[in-house]
Amino acid sequence: MFETPHISEAGDRALVVDLGDTIDPETNDRVRSLMLAVEGMDVPGISDLVPSYRSLLIAYDPTLTDHDKLVDIVTLADANLDAAQIDSPRVVTLPTLYGGERGPDLDYVAERAGISVAEVIDLHSCVDYRVYMIGFAPGFPYLGGLSEKLATPRLSTPRIRIPAGSVGIAEAQTGVYPSASPGGWQLIGRTPVPLFEPDRQPPSLVVAGDYIKFSAIGTEVEYKAIQAAVATGEYQLEVALVEPNAPDSVPAPARDDV
Amino acid sequence: MSHSGSHQVIEVLEPGLLTTVQDTGRYGYQRFGVPVSGAMDPFSLRAANVLAGNDQNSACLEMTVVGPRLRFLEDTLIAVTGADLAVSLDGERVHRWQAVHVAKGSVLTSDGMVDGMRAYLAVDGGIDVPQVMGSRSTYMTSRIGGLKGRPLKSGDVISMMPSDPSHRHDERALPEDLEPVHYGHSHVIRAIVGPQASAFTQGALETLFDSRYAVSNDSDRVGYRLEGPHLKHVAGADIISDGSPAGAIQVPADGMPIVLMADRGPTGGYAKIATVISTDLGRLAQARPGDTISFKQVSVAQANSALLEQEAILYSLDPELLSRAPEAVVRALQASDGAPSPALRETELPHLETRVAQATIEGQTVAVEIMIERD
Repeated sequence: MFETPHISEAGDRALVVDLGDTIDPETNDRVRSLMLAVEGMDVPGISDLVPSYRSLLIAYDPTLTDHDKLVDIVTLADANLDAAQIDSPRVVTLPTLYGGERGPDLDYVAERAGISVAEVIDLHSCVDYRVYMIGFAPGFPYLGGLSEKLATPRLSTPRIRIPAGSVGIAEAQTGVYPSASPGGWQLIGRTPVPLFEPDRQPPSLVVAGDYIKFSAIGTEVEYKAIQAAVATGEYQLEVALVEPNAPDSVPAPARDDV
Repeated sequence: MSHSGSHQVIEVLEPGLLTTVQDTGRYGYQRFGVPVSGAMDPFSLRAANVLAGNDQNSACLEMTVVGPRLRFLEDTLIAVTGADLAVSLDGERVHRWQAVHVAKGSVLTSDGMVDGMRAYLAVDGGIDVPQVMGSRSTYMTSRIGGLKGRPLKSGDVISMMPSDPSHRHDERALPEDLEPVHYGHSHVIRAIVGPQASAFTQGALETLFDSRYAVSNDSDRVGYRLEGPHLKHVAGADIISDGSPAGAIQVPADGMPIVLMADRGPTGGYAKIATVISTDLGRLAQARPGDTISFKQVSVAQANSALLEQEAILYSLDPELLSRAPEAVVRALQASDGAPSPALRETELPHLETRVAQATIEGQTVAVEIMIERD
């Protein structure tokens, strides 16, 4: 992690604030805190904030503010982060049906890891995964914390269409497809809880800095019951504001070719 | 569609090649993975709106290469800006960059590209589609915004928001000397070094600013892919994924630059050597496959001056708008004695000359543009 932010010009409408050059929870926490602190200052002319693993992009309108002013604001905000009121992260539980039609690659992941299917489910669902950032597609979370045992290469031939809610593994990453798309991840299960809905405020279920916990659903009947409750708006999402049960291990850098 | 005063104004007879509803973009949702989208050439969209008496952020049609065929269902006022797509009303050519009256029943057509890639059609009131995440812009990949998240198709009926009659100024026009010059086929695009210039060799920066690149056929609303000399990385093209600013020139491992445009993903994993300035990004959006791009290095301060010049032109169109202009724009106008400078955009490469010649293609005589290299 850097002592003070490294700030670079990113054209005439944005600047990039780098807070480190590694993927780790502390640097990512600082990105989140800095974003919330800058947002709380209601600076005129800031048009968007884009947090990522170890960096914050600040987009601005140069007719309303300028680069130098924003450098001062960011430097000040970063130096006073300890004093800033930052909400604690949330742990959002995603009920997930592992295996079968919903997770056609579960057996392969188990076979490759040399463990049983039950062990794969246990290993995958016992961790609170940090949402390092949202990117690639609306609502797509880049998660850190997958057990090294479960790391599996992508499919050699990507699937044409992966259903929304699919939970997958690619190399040392795990993730959830928020909407149907092509993709090459090994699919181990599916959640009936939508991660992205354009009309919801905010539209994404989780934001950078949150944690996701997968909890195993027993049966297809249970999956359908949750799906029905989601559709009628009766489903109660499990959200906790507690210290996450997250490992200290550093995940491999994510790639964008999901 | 959603409230009183909304009224049906346009029936789509033919959709054109790619016609979408766009405004100035969707901000505040990139952190949720949602692209900004919006007009590829924002100056042209905003100018169209102001000329038609709309709020500058109102939704317009962005028409690509070949525009649509539209029937107007009532009298209205329109403005066409941006590319010259040979737009006519009942067979008569529409002057771009000015307000134009349209009578009920009139049919608008486009005969194809004369100059540039993307034209904007603003209609009195602005297009009335539901706002999704604060914007009416279409993001086709996720089917968000616009007309059900897709391009226009035949049979669509487009409604407009109620308009304020006091904002109708039929005579409103961009002064001719301020109209964006002929776009042509070679474009000087100004760029600021960074944010990850140190991921590249010094030679790569020199190459970027000394070479000419061709716009690839694969260019679209997400990115302009360029072909030309390789840009070398110091230690690989991959970075830890971070935010992608508009206009960023990212360079994957193959060394070929890609300029990130309106529909770019909010984050990306390739090093970015430089960033196109906002004034010139709309100009780049008017470049066609095969056109020549050359980059010119400028500072943030130079980019700001260029932007303020352009903003001054827009705000000068409407005294009411000018009264609400940002201070920096007012100051820029005062510095130029209240008249926006005509030096709007650089046009041709200094060592290239464009000549117009006549050619006969399939029995029709057409004007074509040829480029001649000067000694």
